Amino acid sequence: MTLINTTKEVENLRLTMVAEFDASPERVWQVWEDPRKLERWWGPPMYPATFSRHDFVVGGESRYSMMGPGGENPHGWWRIDAIDRPHRIEFANGLAGDDGEPVPGVEPMGGVVTFEAVDAGTRMIAVTHFVSVDQMELMLGMGMEEGMSQAIGQIDQLLYPTTQGASV
Amino acid sequence: MVVDAEVEDERDRIFHALADATRRDILLRAIQQEQSVSSLARCYEMSFAAVQKHVAVLERATLITKERCGREQIVRGHEPTLHKATALLEAFEQLWIHRANQIAAILGGEKGDLK
Repeated sequence: MTLINTTKEVENLRLTMVAEFDASPERVWQVWEDPRKLERWWGPPMYPATFSRHDFVVGGESRYSMMGPGGENPHGWWRIDAIDRPHRIEFANGLAGDDGEPVPGVEPMGGVVTFEAVDAGTRMIAVTHFVSVDQMELMLGMGMEEGMSQAIGQIDQLLYPTTQGASV
Repeated sequence: MVVDAEVEDERDRIFHALADATRRDILLRAIQQEQSVSSLARCYEMSFAAVQKHVAVLERATLITKERCGREQIVRGHEPTLHKATALLEAFEQLWIHRANQIAAILGGEKGDLK
């Protein structure tokens, strides 16, 4: 059983998710490091991602695109700001244009992910920090809104404990 | 993608407002319960005028509203902006729950492969 817990801090525009996996930190690290594994979980429901570039080193950048159910094709990018294998990743995640390159003037979200060995396997803590409400709206515009509403039914069935119920 | 100047201004204001720890604390207090500026001022080791300035920054970012009530100025969280922010955080929360479940499925599948 994977335990998932989330905390939303409106005053900090920050979201924290804690999940425990029945696998070693090394194996959990690989789902971030290996682009073929990463693209199996990164995109919202119905928006599978394809990473055309994934330089998983400090200063390295990634480029990805997603394929939406209506044929839309949103793009995004990462920049790795710090990396400590297999303990911690700090990265920026932003919106890219149709050319796949970062959209100027749109600030990226900040992400810090840590991996701790625990009895059950690995505790992964992912913190996402937003700059503003407008930025959150822009990022959700990357197909996430539609994809997420599609997913709510699925999440309901999984009945994972969260601080806020997943039913809408 | 069109990001007009007005949207950019609003974003700058919210970012600036939330970039300071005292302002985040003031906002949190105002969300939990409406506060007078003078009662807020008692919570911090700074002048009344300094707290008033922080309140003004939060007000410009539409995160709080300020209303005069007799001799007091009453501050409370501005519902529309806060609701919008909460709804957006919820959407990202669902996304991360989905991601964690996908990761668990990938790791579980790998374990199966090893058997």
